[in-house]
Amino acid sequence: MSETTTTGGAVEVHYQTPEEKLELNRLGMWVFLASEVMFFGGLFTIYLVYRWLYPQVFATASRELDLVLGTINTAILLTSSFTMALAVHAIQAGSRRALTLFLLLTMLLGLAFIGIKGTEYLHVINEGLFPNREQLLTLSADERPGQIFFSLYFAMTGLHLLHMLLGLLVIAFLIVQANLFKRYSAADYSAIENMGLYWHFVDIVWIFIFPLLYLIDRAS
Amino acid sequence: MASITFDRFRENYLNAGYTARSWLLTLDHKRIAVLYMISITFFFFVGGFAAVLFRLELLTPQADLVSLDNYNRLFTVHGIIMIFFFLVPAIPSVLGNFLIPLMIGARDLAYPRLNLASWYLFMIGGFITFGAVVFGGVDTGWTFYTPYSSGYTNTAVVATIVGVFIAGISTILTGLNFIVTIHKLRAPGMTWSRLPLFVWSHYATSLIFILATPVLGVSLLLVVAERLLGIGIFDPSRGGDPVLFQHLFWFYSHPAVYIMVLPAMGVISELIAAFSRRRVFGYTFVALASLAIAFIGFLVWGHHMFVAGQSAFNAAIFSGLSFLVAIPSAVKVFNWTATLYKGSISLDTPMLYALGFIGLFVIGGLTGLFVASLALDVHVHDTYFVVAHFHYIMVGASVMAYLGGIHYWWPKISGRTYPEWWGRISAALIFAGFNLTFFPQFILGYQGMPRRYATYPEEFQVLNVMSTAGASIVSLGYLLPLIYLIWSLRTGERVGPNPWRVSGLEWTTSSPPPTENFSTIPVVTAEAYTDFPEDDEDE
Amino acid sequence: MPGFPDIPGLPQLPLFPQQASTVAGQVDFIFAAEIALGLFFTTIVVILIIYFGIRYRRGARVDRSNPPDTNLKVELSWMLGLLVLGMGSFLGAASVYFNINTPPADALDIYVVGQQWMWKAQHPEGRREINELHVPVNVPVRLTMISQDVIHSFFIPAFRLKYDVIPGRYTNLWFEATRPGEYHLFCAEYCGTNHSRMIGKVVVMEQSDYQAWLSSGTAAEVPLSDAGEQLFSQLGCSGCHTGEPNATAPDLAGIFGQPRPLESGENVIADESYIRESILFPSEKIVAGYAPIMPTYEGRITEEQLLELVAYIQSLGAGAEGQQ
Repeated sequence: MSETTTTGGAVEVHYQTPEEKLELNRLGMWVFLASEVMFFGGLFTIYLVYRWLYPQVFATASRELDLVLGTINTAILLTSSFTMALAVHAIQAGSRRALTLFLLLTMLLGLAFIGIKGTEYLHVINEGLFPNREQLLTLSADERPGQIFFSLYFAMTGLHLLHMLLGLLVIAFLIVQANLFKRYSAADYSAIENMGLYWHFVDIVWIFIFPLLYLIDRAS
Repeated sequence: MASITFDRFRENYLNAGYTARSWLLTLDHKRIAVLYMISITFFFFVGGFAAVLFRLELLTPQADLVSLDNYNRLFTVHGIIMIFFFLVPAIPSVLGNFLIPLMIGARDLAYPRLNLASWYLFMIGGFITFGAVVFGGVDTGWTFYTPYSSGYTNTAVVATIVGVFIAGISTILTGLNFIVTIHKLRAPGMTWSRLPLFVWSHYATSLIFILATPVLGVSLLLVVAERLLGIGIFDPSRGGDPVLFQHLFWFYSHPAVYIMVLPAMGVISELIAAFSRRRVFGYTFVALASLAIAFIGFLVWGHHMFVAGQSAFNAAIFSGLSFLVAIPSAVKVFNWTATLYKGSISLDTPMLYALGFIGLFVIGGLTGLFVASLALDVHVHDTYFVVAHFHYIMVGASVMAYLGGIHYWWPKISGRTYPEWWGRISAALIFAGFNLTFFPQFILGYQGMPRRYATYPEEFQVLNVMSTAGASIVSLGYLLPLIYLIWSLRTGERVGPNPWRVSGLEWTTSSPPPTENFSTIPVVTAEAYTDFPEDDEDE
Repeated sequence: MPGFPDIPGLPQLPLFPQQASTVAGQVDFIFAAEIALGLFFTTIVVILIIYFGIRYRRGARVDRSNPPDTNLKVELSWMLGLLVLGMGSFLGAASVYFNINTPPADALDIYVVGQQWMWKAQHPEGRREINELHVPVNVPVRLTMISQDVIHSFFIPAFRLKYDVIPGRYTNLWFEATRPGEYHLFCAEYCGTNHSRMIGKVVVMEQSDYQAWLSSGTAAEVPLSDAGEQLFSQLGCSGCHTGEPNATAPDLAGIFGQPRPLESGENVIADESYIRESILFPSEKIVAGYAPIMPTYEGRITEEQLLELVAYIQSLGAGAEGQQ
């Protein structure tokens, strides 16, 4: 079955079969994720440089983070990847209902993650650890590299959070599309699969962030 | 090849709808290419105007035309606009967008909506940056070095960076589109080894778009965070390292120069083949050279930092790799030259640009080796020598290639011919003016005149005057095509599918092509550059 | 090779600045060699283009049969040729660069602080200069430089040398001037409004003249280490660094240039950077056996004052040699 639509003057005839559409969109998603790897990678590189320069200060600063909340969040996110995978599996099997259920579960878990993250942020800010120019100058010079730790903490988890929020918006959109417009089926699920890829990526970024930020020197 | 009756009222992508909506909401890669063409032309003249102003200032040793602060803003505007809003998008977003689907036998790019989004993002970014530099001014140089940019200057750095960041997203999406298109939408029989070299270079360029741009994005965001929140990341009094910014910045910005030159090389391959009427010599080597340049280009960023504070050993590694990256470029130059052997050479305007490109690229590339030479760079770093080197490549090569490509594909894009003699005159004017502008700068640089100087010692004046004289000539040279190309839209002779009588799938469609490019997707059986119409064929 | 031949009526257009340092000639040689190589290749390419362009112009009756499509041997041989020439250039330039980056041990130390928009030079004997640097001829000089604010770059075209002057970290530049005279000094890293006005001159003098110049400073220009000694007690350093056996802070006599054992187990050499870092970020490297109780002087001390303290501690002897 070929897909021919005319929109805005252009004729789109790109794929003859659902498999072709899947492959086309899958490649696009992977290429996009490659650019995202470089985006987070740049930030991680900066983090690694400063951690190498100031190991003691980073270790001390890391202990200010709430390990319990961080671990719970990690578990939540891993579970949400599982529900997301179930969602993809559901629509591959043709069930829009199961798809919606698992997408909703994923959203719920994502929102829980955000809620807990928000709590952590509030805690860190209340401790006065949010980078702030005036307050910064009152810190002793020794404490300042630790303040770089918190800047990077907010930058890395903030960027991750932003990606999660965007992901949740898209999941909401997919739910609406599936239910109001009856889109997606066993023959047409590339959007869901790509969402899955994106969500797993966001999860993997967290898997890197968590030990880098929360688990410095916890053994001692 | 069956002859096609040319019908001036035949439906093509240009007359398929005249409303603003049909243009601004188009999904047709060809219309999007035209939208880009108009936008980047605007930015080119904005950036060029800034250059005219500061070159006028440099006629005299004192700062008597503009204030020191305004001079600093002028060269910053020139760099930012020319690099991010002209050079990076020019060939890929105009010629690449227009031609890649045609060259591979597809109806459009893989993601037409994403393509339109790329243009809108580019315009939004351009609008923001343009507003910032015109109404606020930025004076950090396009390189945004910290801590000057992150903590000392009082200019509109944040707004400028936001605009550049958004434009960067636009290029990532274009790169994504190109990669998926080239992988997945090639017509039957269009194997990788039959792809035009233009497509190979855009593929390599797209790899750089995807992998390098995000690093610039995150580094610039951190500069913004430093300015707004004082996070301390580049501030030494807080343990930050200003040189770290340089590493991150150049990790993108060195591959960025390959973004600016690889598409140009792709155009030149097409022009040399077309106007020699033969296949490019060493096709495989040229194709692989594009990939090699992209790959090695990621490994040499430290050659911008030989005196910045890294260890001599580090610097040596970067220098050695920089010599390596010159080799695939040289391979291309030799292969283009060898293509002329036993060709049938015609010196139409595009070929003049192509041959000019080769000469200027050789000088630019060789002087690149000068600055890659460690001890030499200690002397010439941050002097006009470097300015001359990169302008030989970015203007002498990239802009000439863009103009050559625009002239060559003009009949395809517009359905009209341009006036050939005006084309040749402009090409000659640009070539002469360009050399007069920038060759003296090599001498100025070796003599020790630093770059980004509004005032300078008297002994540098003669060469500065020569350079400004050249700038006025080259400006005239650039204005001419603007005028006669627009004029040709009304008065140029209408053409058939293959007015140059050359090889390539894009030349099998009408000029201009229909919206859907091909009524039936072609099946490719010939190698690239082997399908030149015989002399007695009716085209 | 300065200057064009003196042709009456034509302006003198020197191509190169004067060669005024030991490396200038070497750098110029590399430049000339690369120009020669470059000209060689450019000429070949241009001549071939012109030749082919004419011989094979469209319409010319000439043998165009079987144009070669590819030739592996030719491709590989020019790649190899380029590789060899390239590596040769690289190695030649790299060896001079390593020389440029390796100051001789007996070099004369002079300190430079760059700030928007002036150069301040500090001779250890006491003389200070602004936008000028007096040095003796035929004596290796090592500049230790730092910026007070943004990145600058100390550039002397006649020496063919420059190095960036960075905030937060010392950088070095060494040279041996070979001819007396006055030479341009430029800031070569864009630093704001008056970047192009951050210029001065390097004055190379005969050694006897330099000595005379050194001792003709004002009364306020005391030797750097004396100023450092005063500062050492003014700022309270001597309160803890008493030199007594049970002091809360390590004895600083004789430490300069020697390895210091740290709490973390590593050793670091006590050079200028270490001294500076210890004053600004004292908790970063704690000497073994001591507690991290030193207060920081960040924000309370200028780069010049830091250099005075460095000079003072250096004057307390290196290794087993005597103290002042």
